[in-house]
Amino acid sequence: MWDQRLQQSSVKSDPPEATASASLSSMAATRVLLRRAAAAAVGILPERATANVVSGASASRLIQCHGHSSQAEEPASAKPKKMKTFSIYRWNPDNPAKPEMQNYEVDLGECGPMVLDALIKIKNETDPSLTFRRSCREGICGSCAMNIDGDNGLACLTKIQSEGGASTTITPLPHMFVIKDLVVDMTNFYAQYKSVEPWLKRKDPPSEFGKEILQSKKDREKLDGMYECILCACCSTSCPSYWWNPETYLGPAALLHANRWVQDSRDQYTKERLEAINDEFKLYRCHTIKNCVHACPKGLNPAKQIDALKKLQLQQ
Amino acid sequence: MAPHKLSGMQKQVLGLYRGFLRAAKLKDPEERLRIVSVVSSEFHRNAKNVDRKNFHYIEYLLHRGKRQLEQLKRSTTVSLTTINVR
Repeated sequence: MWDQRLQQSSVKSDPPEATASASLSSMAATRVLLRRAAAAAVGILPERATANVVSGASASRLIQCHGHSSQAEEPASAKPKKMKTFSIYRWNPDNPAKPEMQNYEVDLGECGPMVLDALIKIKNETDPSLTFRRSCREGICGSCAMNIDGDNGLACLTKIQSEGGASTTITPLPHMFVIKDLVVDMTNFYAQYKSVEPWLKRKDPPSEFGKEILQSKKDREKLDGMYECILCACCSTSCPSYWWNPETYLGPAALLHANRWVQDSRDQYTKERLEAINDEFKLYRCHTIKNCVHACPKGLNPAKQIDALKKLQLQQ
Repeated sequence: MAPHKLSGMQKQVLGLYRGFLRAAKLKDPEERLRIVSVVSSEFHRNAKNVDRKNFHYIEYLLHRGKRQLEQLKRSTTVSLTTINVR
């Protein structure tokens, strides 16, 4: 058992303040694929019977997991309990058994509004062995990407569906190698990001050492809709084309970043960058399925950026 | 003895083991011995303890092994040691 410490925090490139600007065209049809994947997971995986009920007696030592909540502090018994079932994918490598779905009951009255709040509450109060990545809880780090009710998204930006009695199913990002519970191996994803050389490359040296290269406002605006990407992998893992060719197809996220540097007015390796991805697999495995557009929690449009790349390839 | 036909997964495991032995060659001779002993004991332990039909787990181990091999291959990695967690 060597070197198998879980890396709980994933390294992220510095994410700038993001505004969800691009229009999110909701395409009901694209949801079907993901939903089906989740439904299949539920059907295949056995359910663990232990329904852990958060008891009302624990109200006295209630851990406030959301300081900013508008709810007044009062005994839990005073208001009716609003129980919600969370069905969560569990698999522990130390116990070589088959993965299974475990149900947890959470009182929504005592829990924050987001799915991540529920997960933290379960981990704090019910089952400390539940493993997931989380960090900023405000949608800027991209750590808590997971599949919630069949849709890829950030747990911290996804509201708990309180209407209707149906349970919420939480599984890891689809078609990724699971390390434990909801934690997936992102090595390949990051390697692909690295392969597009996401840094500024210049042919001529700067006029004087340490001098920045300026950019007009108009050139800067070209990067809107790309620089906001936080590399959460929601888009790539929602793409059926990426599912079938995860090693060879770069995926929406890496291609979006490729375009981000192709479009950058300061970068002088545009031609080389375009040549590097001009490949039957790397770029052209994108069949404009546009699941990425639906999945992106930042409201970006990777499909549009891939389209821009393809157009530039034609002009070459 | 008749040649035994190996399954794809068995080939992958053996390939991984061979990869480790090759990576160990790149290190110092004394470190190499230690790396080989750690790796072979890990492989032997899992070969003995893991149910051969538990493909899900074997796949996980293969995947983990690949990542560790990549780590070992790097020139900045000098040695490999184990600690007992329990």
